[in-house]
Amino acid sequence: MIKKKPSQNKKKKILVYSMIYILLAFLMVITIIPFWIVIINATRDGMSISTQGITLIPGTSLRENYRILVDNVDIVRGFLNSLKIATSVTILSGYFSALTAYGFHMYQFKGKNFLYGIILVFMMVPSQLAFLGYVQWITRLGLMDTHAALIIPSIASIGTVFFLRAYISASLSKEIIESARMDGASELYIFHRIALPLMAPGVATMSIFTFIGSWNNYLSARIILTSKENETLPMVIASLKALRIWYQNQGAIYLGFAISIVPIIVVFIFASKYLIENISAGAVKG
Amino acid sequence: MKKIKDKIGYLFISPFFLVFFLFNAYPILFTMYLSLTRYRGFGEKQFIGLDNFRLIFSDPNVPVAFRNTMVIWGVNIFFQIFLALLLVMIFSDVKYKVRGLGFFRVIFYLPNLIAAATVALIFMKLLDSDYGVVNQVLFNIGWIDKPIGWLTKPIMAQMTVSGIQTWMWFGNSFILFMASVQAVSKETFEAARIDGAGRLQILLNITIPSIKPILMYVMITGLIGGLQLFDIPFLITDGRGFPEGSLNTMMIYIYNMAFVHNNYGYASALSFALFLLIMSFTVVFTMITNRSEIKEFLCHRKQKKARLNVMKLKKGSAEND
Repeated sequence: MIKKKPSQNKKKKILVYSMIYILLAFLMVITIIPFWIVIINATRDGMSISTQGITLIPGTSLRENYRILVDNVDIVRGFLNSLKIATSVTILSGYFSALTAYGFHMYQFKGKNFLYGIILVFMMVPSQLAFLGYVQWITRLGLMDTHAALIIPSIASIGTVFFLRAYISASLSKEIIESARMDGASELYIFHRIALPLMAPGVATMSIFTFIGSWNNYLSARIILTSKENETLPMVIASLKALRIWYQNQGAIYLGFAISIVPIIVVFIFASKYLIENISAGAVKG
Repeated sequence: MKKIKDKIGYLFISPFFLVFFLFNAYPILFTMYLSLTRYRGFGEKQFIGLDNFRLIFSDPNVPVAFRNTMVIWGVNIFFQIFLALLLVMIFSDVKYKVRGLGFFRVIFYLPNLIAAATVALIFMKLLDSDYGVVNQVLFNIGWIDKPIGWLTKPIMAQMTVSGIQTWMWFGNSFILFMASVQAVSKETFEAARIDGAGRLQILLNITIPSIKPILMYVMITGLIGGLQLFDIPFLITDGRGFPEGSLNTMMIYIYNMAFVHNNYGYASALSFALFLLIMSFTVVFTMITNRSEIKEFLCHRKQKKARLNVMKLKKGSAEND
């Protein structure tokens, strides 16, 4: 390496560091500012939002905004529906994907490669593109306008199986399983007590994405759920646009946005330390 | 003993396949069947063969919707990957130890947590050309003297939607890339640096190869998601795809064809065509990025074939003896 004068080196270092941190700060502001505006405006009355524009100081109309909002839409029910669907989807998808990936990884049964090949082919078919056939099929099964129609398919989450199979082939040694077998443990017991905990970081990683995907899902919920009491949160939010308060009382509208974003952000910020540790642990093991 | 244990594998995968066949494969095949019929979503289905597919080629709205979708996706994925790679370079640099990785990872990921429907409505409010915060601010600091039609001018609206998509997804790509770069031991980076490798060399020879599988994953899922772009343009335009049809993506066109125009058969044909398009993109993509692996695979096959031929010859000569 070429030796430079120390002072010159130091100057360059400071310059590079400040450039990096300015860039990071800039990206951070861009990322956060829409959230900030939503949260602040949720506490201001419609009049001051229209006339005074943007401010960084909260207002005092939170309670009033909430009253106007719930007079117009049933946001609480939407929230609970979304929570119920996303939680069920995440649990089912995590458990059954781990089970399937483990089954494919550990056992040499007939037709294994053929079955896995089918999965890989269908992985390329986005389920959204089959939604027309799905709607017809669901109608015939009598599951139209039920949450089950959105929950059951998560038992077969192709992408998660694909990810977890790759994950365990790197992180799960067959010797551990073999030695448990020697001790006479049953196969299901081994899966639940040994394999599943070892796969947990991978399952957790995928679970975040599954949960968010389900929470964010709008298209299929909109097509399948038709009655008001089954509406999910994104549907409730989307319906705000058609209301008279969209222009008349912006504070209430922003409060609707805030209700849909704040809880999930709080959960994420609390869980993120655990989640990111898990992702890193998984990566290191891999 | 081993044989019986292996049979248990079927038990492990059976719930998956039960649901998979009933709720995944069957609807896909059913959509394919519907694409061959004239069907209004209710009542009689009339089998008409490939007529719906012929219609796709003469439908002037199809190339427009395709172009819109590709423009929005292309601009988005470029900036998304660029930002994610830039951040990975910053945080994996051996010389400059940048702090706060955990913090920034959380921050940059935030937009991805929010329902696209909510994001669409938030940006509709913020970017409203008359009442929106963005135009108000730009006006107040004197950068503009008349409102910018973020969502009302055709090209502008496409770029805005791309921007929103990038805003939502770059943190997600960053987390995935970073996790796989961290799987490479720090010593590898240190060693490369001690050997005198430059930043570009490290990027090309260590960082990119280590994230290549995940880069592929991000590109392919990005493509699949991008070609099906729906929520944001649909909500911004009330499902109509204005201004001047510039936000009419393929998925919105399919949705309207089925549920507004009640032309279920044609909509199914469009879905199926979109699937073929996605699949061919995916295959081409995989081939380009895995060229060396595929070459190796073909080479192996050739060798195997040659070996089999030799074996056959030997066997034949043995029989002759």
